[in-house]
Amino acid sequence: MSIKVTKLNHIYDKGMPTEQKALTDVSFEIADGELVGIIGHTGSGKSTLLQHLNGLLKASSGSIEIGGTDITRPGVSMVEIRKKVGLVFQYPEYQLFEVSVAKDVAYGPGNLGLSQEEIDQRVREAIALVGLDYEKVKDRSPFELSGGQKRAVAIAGVVAMKPEVLILDEPTAGLDPRAHKDILRMIREVHEKTGNITILVSHNMGDVAEMADKVMVIDGGKLVIMGTPEEVFSRGELLKSVGLDLPPITEFCNELGIKDTVLDMDTAVGKIVDLFKE
Amino acid sequence: MIRDITLGQYYASDSPIHRLDPRVKIIATLLFIIELFIVDNFIGFGICAAVLAAVIIVSRVPLSFIMRGLKPILFILFFTFALNIFMVKGEVIWEWKFLHITREGIQIAVFMAIRLVLLIIGSSMLTLTTKPLSLTDGIERLLSPLARFKFPSHEIAMMMTIALRFIPTLLEETDKIMKAQQARGADFESGGLMKRAKALIPVLVPLFVSAFRIAQDLAMAMEARCYHGGENRTRMHEMKLKTRDFVTFALEAIFLALIIIEARMF
Ligand SMILES: Nc1ncnc2c1ncn2[C@@H]1O[C@H](COP(=O)(O)OP(=O)(O)O)[C@@H](O)[C@H]1O
Ligand SMILES: [Mg+2]
Repeated sequence: MSIKVTKLNHIYDKGMPTEQKALTDVSFEIADGELVGIIGHTGSGKSTLLQHLNGLLKASSGSIEIGGTDITRPGVSMVEIRKKVGLVFQYPEYQLFEVSVAKDVAYGPGNLGLSQEEIDQRVREAIALVGLDYEKVKDRSPFELSGGQKRAVAIAGVVAMKPEVLILDEPTAGLDPRAHKDILRMIREVHEKTGNITILVSHNMGDVAEMADKVMVIDGGKLVIMGTPEEVFSRGELLKSVGLDLPPITEFCNELGIKDTVLDMDTAVGKIVDLFKE
Repeated sequence: MIRDITLGQYYASDSPIHRLDPRVKIIATLLFIIELFIVDNFIGFGICAAVLAAVIIVSRVPLSFIMRGLKPILFILFFTFALNIFMVKGEVIWEWKFLHITREGIQIAVFMAIRLVLLIIGSSMLTLTTKPLSLTDGIERLLSPLARFKFPSHEIAMMMTIALRFIPTLLEETDKIMKAQQARGADFESGGLMKRAKALIPVLVPLFVSAFRIAQDLAMAMEARCYHGGENRTRMHEMKLKTRDFVTFALEAIFLALIIIEARMF
């Protein structure tokens, strides 16, 4: 499975006084098994881009190939695409509706037309995978869980569909540091276990620098740069110009006069020790 | 999709019509509706249409935008037209089996259709050129004399303001939830009536939860700012009638007189 987007454009409310160009000529490729971080200022078009990848929005022009199928062509089955591409929206806990956690997680797999055993099996797996105790939570109402747990259940609802591409729109927004860490750990675990493509929108540069294989920077509906975290975070000036920061650790090392782009704590410690030795 | 609903929408602009006092616009709209029902010949409708056209031109709201609001009521329009044309008794001019069309039927159907179209365009001009908040402010002021009889005019206006304010929010919320459930494989477009109704449960439950959450947050925020209803409340924008408002009133009076005279004459 790979993703190839070519010259994608999206215009909201075309022909209305409120018409707005949200994406302009966005082109990129994602290889199988990659974890891609998307960063950009609020309103830059990140969520719009994500919704194109599983056919929730129709492209004004351009093409989107998912595993070789161009999903912008007429006659492509949306159900098939949504089987392959799972999208977790921002604040996904607001989509919970069932009487119990297990039933809510089962909603997605149920829509795929699987057998009851298969569904039960997947629900168990998904709930465990997002770090919850299946036996403890399965019969509880999703509405009485804590914020972080609700979020985990909502993500489990998409994970249980076993998508080959898992997309998460700001999955840690509004969570406390502990829940934030748990969710990220869980995303990484799902990614490693299933070998899926994971696309993650985040406002936390540190998280993206640490987790992603590739980073995409979006500004004003345009793809500004895409590359490895080292490539992207070595362009401090460019990031500042689109209203983004460097990860704190990178910024810190820059201030100390370390030339390399440092992205994690261990490397930083090594470099700083070197600096002292000099 | 669901965001395309324009009924009651405001079109931002800075035209003389937009700047009029909301009370004047509300009264003018009510009079216009009454006039539409006084009129019963083509000359009268011609005058009404001309006045409406003038208002539209001055308001600078694009015609295409107004027409979009007409689409949802096209069905009702067609339905009343068909009903009138076949049901009214009189001099028969065309017959086929049990269907018959009369001269009177055609006349009434055509007049009713014109009346409905003018009525809907006319009243949508009010909402297109008046911000929801000024509109409810205007209604509150117009109803305020009734407060003496313990009529809760402020509370009613406040409720309308809040309802209007949250229509777009709830539409947006619906759109978001529908998309989220579609991403989980929900299918709203196929299947029979029962299946479709069932498919809406995953949308309606979160929507209600959201609505209550929004209501609670709003109530809390209002109480935190010491909201306590209409008594002794002063306003940020005092409404004062200006010259242009009096001129509008004068024009409206002439228009009304014209319509009444015209209706008497023919
Ligand atoms: N449903 C919509 N209708 C109209 N405009 C929208 C809609 N959703 C987003 N936009 C506009 O498109 C632009 C990109 O929005 P979005 O993709 O949500 O950005 P981000 O997720 O990066 O914050 C914004 O300017 C926003 O106002
Ligand atoms: Mg967003």
